Amino acid sequence: MTPQEPIAPLLARLRSRVGSDQLVTDPIELATYECDGLAQYRVVPPLAVLARSREDVRAVVAECAAAGVPFVARGAGTGLSGGSVPAAAGVLVVLATMRDVLELDAANQRAVLQPGVTNLDVTRAAAPHGYYYAPDPSSQQVCSIGGNVAENSGGAHCFKHGFTTNHVTGLEVVTPDGEVVEIGGKAADPPGYDLLGALVGSEGTLGIVTKATVRLVRAPEVVQTILAAFGDIETAGAAVSQIIAAGLVPAAIEMMDALAITAAELAVGCNYPEGAGAVLIVELDGPIAEVAEGLAEVERHCSESGAFEIRRALDDSERARIWVGRKSAFAAVGRLSPDYIVQDGVVPRTALGEVLGDITTLSAETGIRVANVFHAGDGNLHPLVLFDAKVDGQLERAEEVSARILDLCLAHGGSITGEHGVGIDKLDAMSKMFSDDDVETMLDLRRAFDPEGLCNPGKLLPAPRLCGESPGRRKGAHPLVESGLAELF
Amino acid sequence: MSELLDDLRRGCPAAAAREARDSEVLGDVMPEVVAFPRSTSDVAAVVRVAAHGRRTVAVRGSGTKLDFASQPTSAQVLVDLSLMCRLLEHESGDLVARAEAGARLAEVNGVLGLARQQLPIDEVVPGSSIGGVVATGLSGPSRYLQGAVRDLLIGVTVVRADGVVAHAGSKVAKNVAGYDLAKLFTGSYGTLGIVTEATFRLRPCPPCRCFLTASFPDEAAMAPVLAELLHSQQALTAIEVDRRTPLGPISISALLEGQAGPLERRAEVTAKVLGGASACDGPPEGWGSLPGPVTLKMTAELSFVPALLGLVRELSTEHGLSPVLRGSAGTGVLFAGLGEPLDPTAIGAFLADLRAGCHLFGGSAIVLRAPVAIKGALDVWGPVPALDLMRRVKQQFDPERRLAPGRFAGGI
Ligand SMILES: Cc1cc2nc3c(=O)[nH]c(=O)nc-3n(C[C@H](O)[C@H](O)[C@H](O)COP(=O)(O)OP(=O)(O)OC[C@H]3O[C@@H](n4cnc5c(N)ncnc54)[C@H](O)[C@@H]3O)c2cc1C
Repeated sequence: MTPQEPIAPLLARLRSRVGSDQLVTDPIELATYECDGLAQYRVVPPLAVLARSREDVRAVVAECAAAGVPFVARGAGTGLSGGSVPAAAGVLVVLATMRDVLELDAANQRAVLQPGVTNLDVTRAAAPHGYYYAPDPSSQQVCSIGGNVAENSGGAHCFKHGFTTNHVTGLEVVTPDGEVVEIGGKAADPPGYDLLGALVGSEGTLGIVTKATVRLVRAPEVVQTILAAFGDIETAGAAVSQIIAAGLVPAAIEMMDALAITAAELAVGCNYPEGAGAVLIVELDGPIAEVAEGLAEVERHCSESGAFEIRRALDDSERARIWVGRKSAFAAVGRLSPDYIVQDGVVPRTALGEVLGDITTLSAETGIRVANVFHAGDGNLHPLVLFDAKVDGQLERAEEVSARILDLCLAHGGSITGEHGVGIDKLDAMSKMFSDDDVETMLDLRRAFDPEGLCNPGKLLPAPRLCGESPGRRKGAHPLVESGLAELF
Repeated sequence: MSELLDDLRRGCPAAAAREARDSEVLGDVMPEVVAFPRSTSDVAAVVRVAAHGRRTVAVRGSGTKLDFASQPTSAQVLVDLSLMCRLLEHESGDLVARAEAGARLAEVNGVLGLARQQLPIDEVVPGSSIGGVVATGLSGPSRYLQGAVRDLLIGVTVVRADGVVAHAGSKVAKNVAGYDLAKLFTGSYGTLGIVTEATFRLRPCPPCRCFLTASFPDEAAMAPVLAELLHSQQALTAIEVDRRTPLGPISISALLEGQAGPLERRAEVTAKVLGGASACDGPPEGWGSLPGPVTLKMTAELSFVPALLGLVRELSTEHGLSPVLRGSAGTGVLFAGLGEPLDPTAIGAFLADLRAGCHLFGGSAIVLRAPVAIKGALDVWGPVPALDLMRRVKQQFDPERRLAPGRFAGGI
């Protein structure tokens, strides 16, 4: 297949600027880039460019700008909101091919990275120096730093350690007009507007990141993890409230409900305490003396709230055994149900109990089961809405339940997404969370960077023509999960 | 009565307004009127009146940092936010608080403290309002552990140049919906919009604090100690340096916070790194305050902090100045304060050399604060990378350049 206008002349020009092995035009190969981790939105791009250097990226973007052709950046393609879905008549710029750790500067507590470096490789490179990279999405074995920057990714440990935006000190960006701009570096507080703050979380709509400088965090003296089992979700929730009220700041506080536990038991035999209606995983890190005292306090709050069993991990393998159930929970629901939707919403922590109650009611009313797995410290819910697409009407009801869960989040002053982003999937929900004026103001920022609207168009900010999309749906386990490359949070 | 005042009173009857007083001069710009809105919608009404009449607008919180950065070249309407001083929301279980921009940081923390929580932003300039802290992005020593202002800010309400009210972020800390405009507004000195409300994530108040201070004769002696503190696993809240005279001793202070028992142990380990240190539960003199009256802000990569101290020492001798040096060695953000006699030529030459040095150390140097007479003779910002993008942002947010024109880098 030969590409049509305006791609054909663009391709001809690109042949003189990048290697021919970097230009993907074969339809079968191109089809591998048709979607991200949310497989329901699919567009096969007419052209993909495998970038190997900043100059490659600059060449592609400059040619696109000159020809008025849209372009989309793609990291590892693990995004869960359709953020890197290609433009139908545009160019896909693949950054996963730029994966060098350019500099590991332990003395300055920084790493300088090409955008395709995987999240975990940063920590791997830093570990011998006694450092790590704190934001830890559970896709960390595969997802790229460029994607993390674009999505402002978080992980189980961001309650204490913050998100990607708190750990990026410098970016090199190819702006939508094809210029290379350096923003920040290894030092703090670059003078002028906080463009770093604007770029992190901008979902690839303000330019393509070709280099990132990130903070490395000193490894803690000790990490301690406990698993506490409760009769029901309310008592587990009460324990979380007590822990927070006592002024403790655990590195992670994760919760699973009965259905999620059942799924995890079926999938990985995690052997959580029998009869648990909810489990809490609490992890503390820091100086030995402090963690020891904090842990005792956490255990006390759990028992006082009614935990019937508390297990303390005594070594790394026991810690891994505690986490395995939690980390497998998403993929595991595939055992309970042929189809499911992964939702991502946030509520103020104090509203957790009420919202979970409402979800139970919603579930009873519709006959759609919902398994709950969440970052309890942050109030970040990941409800798994279970359904069987073969049963008439179930898909629609599941989508309805999933959408109404986001409404519940908004009704309590929360957010439509805590980590998966807006992408294409939540354009509709954006208009529920923000007023037209809010969105218009965000568009001001977009126009400053991308006046022609060529950079990842149709994502993040709702435009009138993109409405009525259905919420995230997946069949079975995600391919990455199946291949053992990633664990789903 | 001036026409503008008349328009304001008609356009926004809810906000008191009066003619500006001589004492309210901003640099060498005399505002015509001062408006005292009581709510975000009042601010919006005032800004709409200004927009309609193509008047320029500047903002005052508690007025403690109006002499920071560049001075506006025009400010016909001065919007005073001191009546917008409420703590609007504090849900202790959520570790989140929302306040009006005119609320004083210290007062907000006073209330939060009743629930044993804090907004962990140091009051670097006494009397600072929340809005002023956001607009200048001014963080103190505890940014080492807790993050800078921008890291703690999770949501904003702003009034745009056209008087429209907009929000970004939310009241949950974990949120990736839409652009993070709160960060863009942090440190923008009122040139992109007027922040009227701000939402922050909070931290618990530590039950105990311990300040450890040790003194070192020179940069060579302090360098390995600083490196070891940066590498410490004792979860330090702050690492500060202080040098009162260019050739004098350098003191390093570390702040640790937490439960009494473990704190004692952590302090012991840390004191050993400092080679024996005096311990105190109150801050050493000058802690987290800006030396001045001319204050230069310098940044460098962490490992170059000792070299930066050395550079300041050399340049002081060369230019016949005697700066006080203080700041966050743990984050590489230092302040040099120059006192009387203030010679603009000498300060300008010192600044130029300092800037070149900071650049070599991966950082920058700006004039954070200076008396008007001196500031006019100085290049306040120096070269600012990505300035063109910043201009484009300004052009979108305030195309008529009516919000504090000239207050920011590159004449923005
Ligand atoms: C199994 C699984 C588990 C996950 N767990 C988590 C989790 O715990 N926490 C979490 O936050 N997320 C999680 N995610 C979501 C996803 O992994 C993150 O959003 C990740 O940051 C995406 O990185 P990526 O390299 O795959 O980006 P992609 O999916 O390729 O792209 C994502 C977005 O980033 C943009 N982009 C990519 N590279 C660049 C670049 N160099 N410059 C500019 N824009 C760019 C794209 O245009 C797109 O908008 C999970 C996903 C999966 C499949």
